[in-house]
Amino acid sequence: MIPGSFEYFAPTSLNEALDLLKTHGDDAKVLAGGHSLIPTMKLRLAEPAVIIDITRIGDLRGVSEPDGKLVIGALTTHYELESSALVQQKVPILSQTAAAIGDVQVRNKGTIGGSLVHADPAADWPATILALDADLKVAGPDGERVIKATDFFQELYTTALEPEEILTEIHVSIPAANTKGVYLKQYQAASGFALTGVAVLLTRSGDTCQKVAVGVNGVADVAYRATGVESELAGKTLSAENIAAAAEKAADGVDAMEDIHASPAYRANLAKVYAQRAIAQLAS
Amino acid sequence: MANQVIHTAINGQEHTHEVEPRMLLVHYIRDVVGLTGTHVGCETSLCGACTIMVDGQAVKSCTMLAVQADGAEIMTIEGLAQNGELHPIQEGFWECHGLQCGFCTPGMIIAAHQLLQRNPNPSEDEIRHGLDGNLCRCTGYQHIVDAVQYAAEKMQGSRERKEV
Ligand SMILES: Cc1cc2nc3c(=O)[nH]c(=O)nc-3n(C[C@H](O)[C@H](O)[C@H](O)COP(=O)(O)OP(=O)(O)OC[C@H]3O[C@@H](n4cnc5c(N)ncnc54)[C@H](O)[C@@H]3O)c2cc1C
Ligand code: FES
Ligand code: FES
Repeated sequence: MIPGSFEYFAPTSLNEALDLLKTHGDDAKVLAGGHSLIPTMKLRLAEPAVIIDITRIGDLRGVSEPDGKLVIGALTTHYELESSALVQQKVPILSQTAAAIGDVQVRNKGTIGGSLVHADPAADWPATILALDADLKVAGPDGERVIKATDFFQELYTTALEPEEILTEIHVSIPAANTKGVYLKQYQAASGFALTGVAVLLTRSGDTCQKVAVGVNGVADVAYRATGVESELAGKTLSAENIAAAAEKAADGVDAMEDIHASPAYRANLAKVYAQRAIAQLAS
Repeated sequence: MANQVIHTAINGQEHTHEVEPRMLLVHYIRDVVGLTGTHVGCETSLCGACTIMVDGQAVKSCTMLAVQADGAEIMTIEGLAQNGELHPIQEGFWECHGLQCGFCTPGMIIAAHQLLQRNPNPSEDEIRHGLDGNLCRCTGYQHIVDAVQYAAEKMQGSRERKEV
């Protein structure tokens, strides 16, 4: 299995990469970790004439902490996010999510930016990025803009990113001390992708849920915020009954996917079960 | 399409070749450089037989282009033994019967090498988790876990090789 022929560029600056993307338009594909794109090219599902390898642009990699938030370069690998002491300390749900992806070799190579742009419905990052209300910074021929996570994922494998744009950074506010998060996942047994993954950020004051944010992937063809759960639980006591009643709404209004692995009803049920478990774990 | 010249250091030796951009790194290593210890199993990023170290990171070389490795330091299974002495992980596989047909072994050993670099004293669970990306159709994994435990002990100086 060998990809079709293509021309290869490895720019070392963002401007150079954007120029190449503008010149080659629809014929070009950006290459980051390659762990979604190369398999797709080997299967000849994608046959780009031009590959723009952005991994030699140093500025796009690594995590920093300016004024109360984490700024994550799009080229930061899953492993770097899993193992970063800064990330583990400030936003542990990011490390947890990274650790749930694939295997060591995949995490060494795959990037958070690549995963978000690829927008595989069974990918792990989208739920967590949605629950964290992250901002995605992108650069294009007309300069930079910020896309909210909740506006980013649009359809199956489709995001709000324009073809001539590159995702550069993911901005995540560091949650306050009374906010805790967890990402729980039902692994699809053979592939390890998420049959369902639920990310929850729970803000509490004592026994009361001040606010809860719930991101879900694997269920629908695009990751989503389970707003029904969020509004049901906000302001309520974190009792087992209230949590269960809220979690029941985890797939409300959602068109669950059907494939050889699971029926829509099973997927919707998993969303409820994992929402319940995640909230209960944070509430205990 | 235009070929590209790439420079790599593989097991300490420098190589320069002109390659087609679509050439996979595993094919470069096996067919161009001639190091056939790295195996091709599934060719779909699933089995781990093609695992090598690129700049200190274990990667599946069937899911990387040779051009991506331009400038990289690479270690393959052939680079592990030093001066004719087996590396402790290789010795572990030998002593603990960590292989049967041996097809998965080069990738397993490189993945184990990455694991022990990051976690010199792993639990059994951590070993199984660390080798998650590598499939073995023969051993049932138990002896592979034993082999990695053997290597961890040996590398920490708490085990001598048994003479057999
Ligand atoms: C065996 C295996 C198991 C896996 N298991 C899981 C799993 O359990 N969970 C999971 O979530 N994922 C899993 N993955 C996918 C993995 O996480 C990929 O790394 C990820 O989906 C894509 O990231 P990448 O950096 O490899 O992107 P690439 O493959 O390089 O790119 C993917 C797409 O995004 C575009 N792109 C990449 N970066 C940018 C950017 N900065 N700006 C604009 N466009 C960009 C590319 O053009 C391409 O269309 C698995 C992959 C493999 C091979
Ligand atoms: S040959 Fe590369 S993972 Fe199987
Ligand atoms: S020893 Fe045969 S596949 Fe592992």
